[in-house]
Amino acid sequence: MQKFTVHTGTGVPLRRSNVDTDQIIPAVYLKRVTRNGFEDGLFSAWRNDPEFVLNNESFAGGTVLVAGTDFGTGSSREHAVWALQDYGFKAVIAPRFGDIFRGNALKGGLLPVQLPQDAVETLWKLIEHDPSTQIAVDLVQREVRADGQSWSFELDDFTRWRLMEGLDDIGLTLRHEADIAAYESGRPSFKPSIATA
Amino acid sequence: MGRTLAEKIWDAHVVRSAEGEPDLLYIDLHLVHEVTSPQAFDGLRNAGRKVRRPDLTLATEDHNTPTDNLVTIADPVSRTQLETLRRNAAEFGVPLHSLGAAEQGIVHVIGPQLGATQPGMTIVCGDSHTSTHGAFGSIAFGIGTSEVEHVLATQTLPQSKPKTMAVNVTGRLRPGVTAKDLILALITQVGTGGGQGHIVEYRGEAIRDLSMEGRMTICNMSIEWGARAGMVAPDETTFAYLKGRPNAPAGADWDAAVEYWRSLVTDDDATFDTEVTIDASAVEPFVTWGTNPGQGAPLSATVPDPASFADEAARTAAERALTYMDLTAGTPLRDIGVDVVFLGSCTNGRLEDLRAAAEVISGRQVADGVRMLVVPGSAKVRAAAEAEGLHEVFTAAGAEWRFAGCSMCLGMNPDVLSPGQRSASTSNRNFEGRQGRGGRTHLVSPAVAAATAVAGHLAAPADL
Repeated sequence: MQKFTVHTGTGVPLRRSNVDTDQIIPAVYLKRVTRNGFEDGLFSAWRNDPEFVLNNESFAGGTVLVAGTDFGTGSSREHAVWALQDYGFKAVIAPRFGDIFRGNALKGGLLPVQLPQDAVETLWKLIEHDPSTQIAVDLVQREVRADGQSWSFELDDFTRWRLMEGLDDIGLTLRHEADIAAYESGRPSFKPSIATA
Repeated sequence: MGRTLAEKIWDAHVVRSAEGEPDLLYIDLHLVHEVTSPQAFDGLRNAGRKVRRPDLTLATEDHNTPTDNLVTIADPVSRTQLETLRRNAAEFGVPLHSLGAAEQGIVHVIGPQLGATQPGMTIVCGDSHTSTHGAFGSIAFGIGTSEVEHVLATQTLPQSKPKTMAVNVTGRLRPGVTAKDLILALITQVGTGGGQGHIVEYRGEAIRDLSMEGRMTICNMSIEWGARAGMVAPDETTFAYLKGRPNAPAGADWDAAVEYWRSLVTDDDATFDTEVTIDASAVEPFVTWGTNPGQGAPLSATVPDPASFADEAARTAAERALTYMDLTAGTPLRDIGVDVVFLGSCTNGRLEDLRAAAEVISGRQVADGVRMLVVPGSAKVRAAAEAEGLHEVFTAAGAEWRFAGCSMCLGMNPDVLSPGQRSASTSNRNFEGRQGRGGRTHLVSPAVAAATAVAGHLAAPADL
């Protein structure tokens, strides 16, 4: 995973709430067994609409998606994160996220930034007024900056450190293999086990 | 101070806890299906890792499988995904119930059916409806593919402890009102983000009255209001359901297990971070009119006027939804005609659901121009239904009796709506395009689904 410290880029204003992961990438794109190339599925139903924000040339090349509340609800599909990343997004800002989406994004290094509704409204207006507005998403300071304004956001120290170092969770967990083995040796015998071939 | 049910189970699974870090939780059961696992197995291979506990891992095929036959997977991309799971399961030693196998079915139906889902467990799956298993008094939640790989490799997950919430269900459901109506009414009350960051415990007499199937329907839809997981404390209903199932404990282990399970209740002096109350006795048959599960109303109501929503985001969302759904404010919900009725899914594809629908449709006919699909949640559910003759009730009424799978819940297999088609569906999501691009979904209970099939428009059994 790439290290994330500070990302600065232009924004894409997605003025919709309740953007579920079926909208981010419909199920038909989930049949692939590979890890790359999901950008064609991103918001694929909405992209048929010429008025949809991703079809607006003014916002082309935007790397910070600014969305309405309850972004990424619904299905657990991590493909939603991959589609956003494959399309070029580095961060998503919204007033609230679906828990599973947020967890998936943090695993993959797409930064989900929770800001209050009024901050999101301000960012929407800034981007729409001037699409070249630079938005800095600063994980080190835990703040977003644009047009001389700044908003702080919360992220726990551990996750922040892991993202800044670009560390792989599995590798971190396997450092505690002895703890896992010790736990396993104490599990009750009535816990179910599945017959293996 | 006392602990909640969720806290007791959480504490019993902490492998390692360190200040400033998420807890490392042990996972008792990892359910796997074909859609969210291929990249995880690739990750293991690339890192030279193996599956730590194949004996705590259970795979099935459900999302891509056809429901009109057990042999031919017409779409080559779907076929590749299923074949990839078969190869991965063989290579890593993971038990798999393939299409055509006696235990094949929707992942959230087969876990409980096998008795592999038990109280006091931690259960994960790369699928948001994993919350279903919380009906047994376990912590069960959906994860992404990176986490699937993590569990395969380590049988653990680093997790920050969610907050706890109680849903206090007061009163009792009236006759003809089901678990599905209750959960749809709750989601409309609290909104799709109302449970975010919480493990929810459903409590109260109306919950205790429910069968395991009804509890599973409730817990299944926890994710639809944003909860991390939903659960019901285990009781005699739970124990009776589990006893004698293939993966349930037996003999002395059964006694030890039940003794432990009886301790899995929220202590009287425990406190929840949040509490919500809903009056079960006020719930009527409930349906959705919009494009998220929180956009619902009693069947007796009319399509709401977006202007009636005080919150601007809710108002805009309602306007969008009515346009997508091609509905006009003020239309009685009962006047909405449907093209397709789908009975099935991990929400309502169990034997009790099929029985409820069969009771309504018995001796009646599916309305002209309406297609009704009946899709059992598993091969075992299908066999049990056939042993009772339910398949004959459905086919005599003109419905299609199909093989087990996720089917029309999610538009990943051949069972999809055409653009503009409208369905009454017992599944869990009415998102835009969920059942096929341009399809319009009304979420309903099995009894309302059956009555709607007969009437040709949204209806309750009492309307027939």
